[in-house]
Amino acid sequence: MDKLGTYAMPTAAVLIVLFCLVRKVPVFDAFTDGAKQGLRSAISILPTLVGLMTGVAMLQASGALELMSKALAPLMNAVGLPAAVAPLVLMKPVSGSGSTAVLTQILQQCGADSFAGRVAAVLSGSTETLFYCIAVYYGSIKVHRTRHTLPAAFFGDCVACVVAPLAVRFVFHMV
Amino acid sequence: MLNWIWAGMILISFICAICTGRTEQLSAAILAGASSAVELCITTLGLMCFWTGLMQAAEHGGLTRLLARALSPILSRLFPKLRRESPALGAICMNLTANLLGLGNAATPLGLAAMQELKKESRAPDGTADNAMVMFVVLNTSSLQLIPTFMAALRGKYGAAQPFDILPAVWITSVCALLAAVTMAKLLERRFCG
Repeated sequence: MDKLGTYAMPTAAVLIVLFCLVRKVPVFDAFTDGAKQGLRSAISILPTLVGLMTGVAMLQASGALELMSKALAPLMNAVGLPAAVAPLVLMKPVSGSGSTAVLTQILQQCGADSFAGRVAAVLSGSTETLFYCIAVYYGSIKVHRTRHTLPAAFFGDCVACVVAPLAVRFVFHMV
Repeated sequence: MLNWIWAGMILISFICAICTGRTEQLSAAILAGASSAVELCITTLGLMCFWTGLMQAAEHGGLTRLLARALSPILSRLFPKLRRESPALGAICMNLTANLLGLGNAATPLGLAAMQELKKESRAPDGTADNAMVMFVVLNTSSLQLIPTFMAALRGKYGAAQPFDILPAVWITSVCALLAAVTMAKLLERRFCG
């Protein structure tokens, strides 16, 4: 099953190129145009990343992250999450760049192919930044009574936390 | 919110470093953290550009529109109050499809347009979300992304043998979270009246 993912990227690339050929899109021109956009957005998140990654690196060096993980370990164990993932669970609903910074830290410390590293990657790939979404969308039409939005979205996040370690175990036959 | 969190991170790590006597490591971390952010941006830049480029080409050919048409039968069930030809439903389809393809830049403006349309059709009092708005925002908070490129690029940088082998696990988790959030939104509709 873990082979399946390695097909995804090349297959998607081939399908897109074929699709463009069928639709008579000047495929390389459109590609370079889009790549320029990617460049722009990568550069625009750089300042945020510098701030947050420095912050997370400081937390890690001072030992605060370790304390936090230890304090949350019983709770994390209850749902089957490795303790090292605790900072990510806290950061993820609040800030996208913040969780990128935390994910980087976890991958660096535990390794990308370790259980904790994989669970962290799955968690950050599977749900969006909850509070950001709610703030941007409701803010744009000046709605402040959001009713059951937060409980429902938060429930989705919790389910992701429970399912992520199970899914990693299932796909990679890891214990 | 991020202002408080960031300030808190800096203050807490300073206090913690003094208590644990790790001030030396702390000052090293400031140097390393800042430059590793730049390094991260540069190493992931290639894959990011490649992928947004491909997606842009697909977008040019009208892939979003095609997929949105395929999604519309499912969506009209989630949004029973919206008419099939309503512009709100069209915008919602486009936004979710853009999310699915990982076109973050395109998804947000489409989502904002969808919210505007939903507001026009809403019968809820001003400043209150109706069921359709809640469903839409919930779908967005747990939106499925077929190929999370940035995450894979990160894994590649930190030594994953096959950065994309994680995808099936991501899909499983994503779909479960999405179903749970949507079911919860449906169940809670009556409990939270305007």
